[in-house]
Amino acid sequence: MKKTRNQKAWFMVLPVLILVAFSAIIPLMTVVNYSVQDTFGNNNFFWVGLEWFEEILASDRVHDALGRQVTFTAIILAIEVPLGIFIALHMPKKSGFWSSLCLVLLALPLLIPWNVVGTIWQIFGRIDIGLLGYTLDKMGINYNYTQNALDAWITIIIMDVWHWTSLVVLLSYAGLRSIPGPYYQAAKIDQASRWAVFRHIELPKMKGVLLIAILLRFMDSFMIYTEPFVVTGGGPGNATTFLSIDLVKMAIGQFDLGPAAAFSLIYFLVILLVSWAFYTVMMNMDKEADV
Amino acid sequence: MSLELKNISLAVEGHLHIYQSNLKLEKATMNVLLGPTLSGKTTLMRIMAGLEKPSSGQIIWNGKDITNCRLQDRDVAMVYQQFINYPTLSVYENIASPLRVMNKNKHEIEIAVKKAAEILKISPYLDRKPIELSGGQQQRCALARALVKGAGLVLLDEPLANLDYKLREELREEIPKIFERSGAIFVYATTEPEEALLLGGNTAALFEGRIRQFGKTSQVYRNPKDIITADVFSNPPMNFLKFRKKYKKLTFEDGISHTETDHLSNLSDGDYIAGFRANHLDLTRKRAAQIKFSVRVNHTEITGSETFIHMNYTGEKWIGLVKGVHNLDQAANIPVYLDLAHIYIFAEEGNLELSAFYATKVK
Repeated sequence: MKKTRNQKAWFMVLPVLILVAFSAIIPLMTVVNYSVQDTFGNNNFFWVGLEWFEEILASDRVHDALGRQVTFTAIILAIEVPLGIFIALHMPKKSGFWSSLCLVLLALPLLIPWNVVGTIWQIFGRIDIGLLGYTLDKMGINYNYTQNALDAWITIIIMDVWHWTSLVVLLSYAGLRSIPGPYYQAAKIDQASRWAVFRHIELPKMKGVLLIAILLRFMDSFMIYTEPFVVTGGGPGNATTFLSIDLVKMAIGQFDLGPAAAFSLIYFLVILLVSWAFYTVMMNMDKEADV
Repeated sequence: MSLELKNISLAVEGHLHIYQSNLKLEKATMNVLLGPTLSGKTTLMRIMAGLEKPSSGQIIWNGKDITNCRLQDRDVAMVYQQFINYPTLSVYENIASPLRVMNKNKHEIEIAVKKAAEILKISPYLDRKPIELSGGQQQRCALARALVKGAGLVLLDEPLANLDYKLREELREEIPKIFERSGAIFVYATTEPEEALLLGGNTAALFEGRIRQFGKTSQVYRNPKDIITADVFSNPPMNFLKFRKKYKKLTFEDGISHTETDHLSNLSDGDYIAGFRANHLDLTRKRAAQIKFSVRVNHTEITGSETFIHMNYTGEKWIGLVKGVHNLDQAANIPVYLDLAHIYIFAEEGNLELSAFYATKVK
């Protein structure tokens, strides 16, 4: 069959190109623009090449923030993913009142805006008026997230687990529900153990959605800003200053636009790279496992 | 070895899914559960397997009541309509899995798996994952897993329904042979009458949660004991027509009377329903004994060498299956011919009064 050549088809994608240009490419290019120039005011810009990038890559302050960020994300994933699967496995299997109730209760934290979540926990943890802080204080436990770095970390981690585990649960639950009943019956007749059912039936069948859950949680937690900003403001000291908080401090607090722009680009590339690497590795594991 | 269901019934949330049923299955027999979807075939199997507890009644296995016996302590293997294998395990490990649970040693497992794979013709694929097999091979893997278990009761729940026509025929031939040697009791659920006939053995005709009839497959086919069984065991569905017998005359719905044939002489006068299978209708008079009916053609389906004719006989929908290709005009009025020796006669409430004459002649 002969292919029809018609260059007019390009016009069909034009609206999308324009949309993407305004929503992504132009703002991104502005950032790229800032990242390679310096200014002394009056809108005079000078080309500085990769100077800002070198500065950011060598900066101890950014290294520390990155270290904190990686630690935080690792802890979040290590808690939320297994916990989410565990809860999903114990949800009611049949649809009905109880499973609906569980789903609604679980979905609730996901519906609360981030800054509200931050505010809730900020107040909840205060030792003077917050239920949690006050109770712990009265029990004689020395808890103060505004002064103690460890307390601040624990508060933020518990807050994130409370806020986001539901997402893993909901996705895993959807994966579990899609397994046809005969699989379980066959396993039962085969006298497979609970662990074998999980390892060889449930986990492989949940793999696709789990992959998405982990990716989403990685990206989200790696970019976390609002909640720690509201609860601790990055403190005490710099204890909970994660990458995005540091970035905002640099860009808006100090108005170092050049380094901040370079920082943004590196930040963006890191997330892109890790997500891509994770996805590729998982997909390859899939293939290897299949061969 | 025998399995007996004694007055088994199952109610779910107040609805009876299985009405009180009795069934006795003997060692080394193929037993077909034949019925349309939702007739209770799978439910009955689940009860046999122990996946579902009956609301009442007993399950007797080798003379022992196992109604309350745990699934683990039962001697059961089951194959499903969906091809169910462990997705992460290789074909070898899939087949080996029931043996591993039984704590068989490595050597025994290897021999058993290889043998089962050979019987089911999947030896070249032992290292593969189930997903890399075709549908037919996946089902062979599932069958091998059931075979290797050496269970006394093997339940096959529409195992061929998801396969294409060729693979289905191939496996349908193999399955009875494969399991024959094991001496187990087979239960095979299907919606297709042909499948039941090809498998042979015994057939239980199911309809809406009741076992209507159980017996030798050919017996049930030739002598269905009521209208429902006859309909369940006919594909295309059985054709029916009402008639009245009076003074040796049979008067049909179209008002035409015919003199009775000899085998109908014992039938007392009254109103009856006659039923006959699609293949007994002819477009031309083949024998002098055939009587003529006028019908209106609804539409025809041509399958290559045969033609299904959907027609209307005084309000009754009939389907005729005739050899050859016949292009009949829609809404055409045509004569069709039927031998009275081919009609089953049912009382108006549905029970069989008289089997078709031809059926009593076949042994």
